[in-house]
Amino acid sequence: MHKLSLAELAKGLRDKSYSSVELTEHYLDRIKRLDGNYNSFITVTEERALEQARAADQALAAGNTSPLCGVPIAHKDIFCTAGVKTTCGSRMLDNFVPPYDATVVENLGRAGCVTLGKTNMDEFAMGSSNETSYFGLVKNPWDTNCVPGGSSGGSAAAVAAQLAPVATATDTGGSIRQPAALCGLTGLKPTYGRISRWGMIAFASSLDQAGTLARSAEDTALMLGAMASFDPKDSTSVDKDVPDYTAALPDKIAGLKIGIPKEYFGEGLNAGTEQRVKEAIAELEKLGATLVDISLPHTHLAVPTYYVIAPAECSANLSRFDGVRYGHRCDDPQDLLDMYCRSRGEGFGNEVKRRILVGTYALSAGYYDAYYRKAQQIRRLIKQDFMEAFKQVDVIAGPTAPSVAFPFGAKKDPVAMYMEDIYTIATNLAGLPGLSLPCGLVDDKPVGLQLIGGYFEEARLLNVAHQFQLATDHHRHTPANID
Amino acid sequence: MEWETVIGLEVHIQLSTQSKLFSGSSTAFGAEPNTQASPVDLAMPGTLPVANAEAFRYAVLFGLAVNAQINHRSVFERKNYFYPDLPKGYQTTQLAEPIVGAGEVHIQLADGSTKTVRIHHAHLEEDAGKSLHEDFHGMSGIDLNRAGTPLIEVVTEPDMRSAEEAVAMARHLHSIVTALNICDGDMSQGSMRFDVNISVRPKGEEKLGTRTETKNLNSFRFMEDAIKLEVERQIDVLESGGKIIQETRLYNGDTRTARAMRSKEESMDYRYFPCPDLLPVVFDDEYVEHLRQQMPELPEAKRQRFMDSYGLSAYDANALASDRGTAAYFEAVADDSGEPKLAANWITGDLAAQLNQTETAIDACPITPEQLAGLIKRLADGTISSKIAKQVFTAMWEGEGTADEVIEKRGLKQVSDTGALEKMVAEVIASSPQQVENYRNADEKKRPKMLGYFVGQVMKTSKGQANPQALNEILLKKLEE
Repeated sequence: MHKLSLAELAKGLRDKSYSSVELTEHYLDRIKRLDGNYNSFITVTEERALEQARAADQALAAGNTSPLCGVPIAHKDIFCTAGVKTTCGSRMLDNFVPPYDATVVENLGRAGCVTLGKTNMDEFAMGSSNETSYFGLVKNPWDTNCVPGGSSGGSAAAVAAQLAPVATATDTGGSIRQPAALCGLTGLKPTYGRISRWGMIAFASSLDQAGTLARSAEDTALMLGAMASFDPKDSTSVDKDVPDYTAALPDKIAGLKIGIPKEYFGEGLNAGTEQRVKEAIAELEKLGATLVDISLPHTHLAVPTYYVIAPAECSANLSRFDGVRYGHRCDDPQDLLDMYCRSRGEGFGNEVKRRILVGTYALSAGYYDAYYRKAQQIRRLIKQDFMEAFKQVDVIAGPTAPSVAFPFGAKKDPVAMYMEDIYTIATNLAGLPGLSLPCGLVDDKPVGLQLIGGYFEEARLLNVAHQFQLATDHHRHTPANID
Repeated sequence: MEWETVIGLEVHIQLSTQSKLFSGSSTAFGAEPNTQASPVDLAMPGTLPVANAEAFRYAVLFGLAVNAQINHRSVFERKNYFYPDLPKGYQTTQLAEPIVGAGEVHIQLADGSTKTVRIHHAHLEEDAGKSLHEDFHGMSGIDLNRAGTPLIEVVTEPDMRSAEEAVAMARHLHSIVTALNICDGDMSQGSMRFDVNISVRPKGEEKLGTRTETKNLNSFRFMEDAIKLEVERQIDVLESGGKIIQETRLYNGDTRTARAMRSKEESMDYRYFPCPDLLPVVFDDEYVEHLRQQMPELPEAKRQRFMDSYGLSAYDANALASDRGTAAYFEAVADDSGEPKLAANWITGDLAAQLNQTETAIDACPITPEQLAGLIKRLADGTISSKIAKQVFTAMWEGEGTADEVIEKRGLKQVSDTGALEKMVAEVIASSPQQVENYRNADEKKRPKMLGYFVGQVMKTSKGQANPQALNEILLKKLEE
C-alpha cells in the first residue's frame, strides 16, 4: 500500500480495497518499525490517527467525495495542532501544546486527512540539513550518512522512506525545495499568500510559506487544492479563488517558453548536478517547450539580502519566547533578567541564537539603513529581475540545490550551509511559487530540477512537472533499501 | 533672570472600540485578570494580528477633529523591547508613516483668549498588559486583559508655555475625544494618559532648553502639579549653575514628588521595522469624506454657537461646551426654560458643585433637564426667590419631584401679595420702635444699611418667602410715613 500514490490510495479507499483504519495502521506500523533509522518524526499520534481514520471510514461509507478523505499524512512540527505537542524542533517548545489548529491542519482535517504525527525539522526552520533540531538529526533514506536537507528534513525523509504518502512542509528560503531535491521528491512552495500562515510558527513572516513534500506533481496538486484558502485570520493571505489544480495537469506543454537563467549555472554548481539538470531541461524541450536564455542579474545578492531580512524578522518573531507565558522557563530564576537570559539561553540552539543576533544587529540604530533598508531595496531589484524575465518566458528552470545530499557535519561553516539555498532564496524574496522535482541521480543520490513560475501560477508549474513525470520515471526511483 | 517654560505633550487615548486592535477580544475594563486575552493577545506561537477597521475609523475621526492631514497610507511597525506584560516582545505601533499627520487646535485659556496648539502627528498603537507587583509573594503577576487595546498617541508641538496652558490643551483633547465618542474619557481607569515634555529657557531666547519627559500622568491635577514641580526644579538647577539632563521622570501623585527614571544614555534602541504580518493601512478620499459627513459638532464649534445663539460669555460657553453630557444638558435646560443665562449659571454653579461633591456624572444626575428648567421658570416669573430656589433645588436632588410639586408641597411660593406684606411690615415696625426711631433720624447715606434689619425681620416672619423687591418698596414707604 505504501507504494501507491495519493490518487491510487484514494481510489483504493473508495473501492473498499482497504479501509482508512487499515491504511493508517499500515503506516503507523511502518513508522514504528522503520523510523528508528531516520528519526523523521518528533511525535506520532497513533490514537488520534486511528480515531480520525475511523471517522473517515464512516464519512466514506456515507458518500464523502473528498479525494483526500481517509488518506494518512504527516505535518511538519511547525504547524500548531490542537491538543498535540508542537515543538518547532526546539527545546523552547518541548512542553508546548497549542489550544488551536493551524489553518493548514484545519483545512486538511476537513478534507478528511488522517494525521500520523509531527515531523522533525531544523529548529524554528533555521537550517538546510536538519542538523539543528533539538530532537536529533534526521537521516536521508537514500544514504543514512547524509543529511535529508532542511528545514523540512523530517517531512522529506518520512515521505522518501514511505512512512507517509505525503507531508506538509514550509519554505522560507528553500526549506521545501532543497529537501525535496536531496530526498528525490516533488516539493512545492506556492505563491506567498496562497496558503494561510495562521498557526504556522513564524520564522520570517514576509518569506514563510506552507507547501508540501510528495512523490509526484499529481499528489502535490491534490494536496494544494485542499490546503489553499483565503484566511481572514492571516492579513497576508490573498483572497483569490482556489482552482482545481489537477485540471490542467494533462495539458501538453508544446510552445511553453522556459527561461534558463545563466546565473543559475555558474560557479558553485556541482558538475554532476548540472549534467542531470541540463538533461531534464532537454527533456522538456523534447516535450515541445522552447528554451530561452535569460538573465536574473541580481541573483548573487539573494543570499546576503536574505540573511539580513530573515534574521531581522526572526529576531522580533522569536522575542515572544521569553519563559513568561508558555515554553521553556529556566529553574529558579533570580530575577526577571535572569529568567529571560537563562530561559532563552537554554531554550534556543546555536543557529537560532546566531540569527537572532544577526537580525538584532541589522535593525540596530546606526545600522538599519546600511543593512535592513538596503536589503529591502535589493529585494525589490530581485523581484524586478523576475518580472522582467516573465515578460519573455512562462516558466524558469534551473537546479534546486548546488549538489546532492552531503554527509553530516560536512558544512560546519554557516556561510557554506547558507549557500545551499543559493537557487531557492530569490523565489522567497520575490514571493513567487517554486517547485522541485527529481531529475535523476548523481552518486546514487537524487538531483532536483527547480521550476519557478509567475504569481499564482502553481497550476502551470504542476502541469510542467506532471508532463515531465509522464515522460520520465525519475520520480519513481526510491531509495534502494525501501521495501 | 526671567524664564520661559516650553511644554509639549504626548497623549495616549484609549479607544472605546468593542474589540482589540489586532484580535477579537473584548476591551471592557475590570474583568477578571486574563479572561479577555485570546491566543493572539497572549502571543501564542503561530498566531497573527488582524487589524480592527473600527480603530482606523476612530483615528480618522480624531484626525479630522484636530484639522489634521489624514494619511491615506499608514504603516504598522514593531517596537522591540522585552517586558513581561508585552507578550510579543514588541509593541505594534506606527512611526515613519502614521495615520494622522500635522494638525492644530484652538484652546480656550482662563483669561478668555484662545491659543493655537499644533499637532505633530497622531498614530495608532496597541496598549501593553499590566504587571501587578503586590500579593504574589515576591513574584509579579501579569494581567493581559489590556494587552492589545487600541490607543491613539497624539504628539503635540512644544507650543504650550505654562502648566495652565498644558492642562487647557489636555482638557481640550479630552473634550474632543469624548465628543467624538471614541474614548470614554475616564481618567481614573487610564483611558487618557499624558507624558509631558518640559524645558525652560531664558525669556527671549529662541533655542529650546534641554527637556525632560514626565511620564504617565493620569489626571489634570497631577499634570498641573507635576509640571510646576519640574519647572521649579529645572530653574533651580540652572540658576545654581547646573545643567539639565535629558531624562525620563516619574511623578508620584501621593507624595507630590518626582524622580529620574532613566537618562538618554540609558535609553533603549527599539529597533523599529515595518511589521511583516500586517499590510499597510490604505483608504481613499471617499472614505475620509464619508467620515467627515458623520462628524458630530465639536467643542470648538459648540462653544462659538453657545456664545452666538445663547449669548453666553466665553468662559461659560467653554465650561459648558467642553463636556458632551454637560453641553446636551445645558441645551435641554436652556431651550425648555427659555432662560439660557440662568441655565448656564445653575449648571456651572449649584449643579456642578453638587455633581462634583457627590461624584455623580451628569448622565446620572438625579435632576432631569426638564426639572431644572421648571425651577428656572419659577425663578424667572418671580414665583420663588433665588434663596428659595436653592431649597427647591436640594429637594429636587433628593427626589421630591418637580419644582412646582416641591413649591406646592412645602408652601414655598413667594409672598408678593401687597396686603400680606403690609401686614407683616406693620407688625415689625410696631415691635421695633427704637430701630424705627434710629432709622428716621439717620441721614440718607446710612439708611440703606439700616433697612437690612427690617428686611431680615420680615423674612424671618415669612420664612424667607417674601418677595424681596415688593418688600423693599413697602418698607421704604412705611418707614417714610
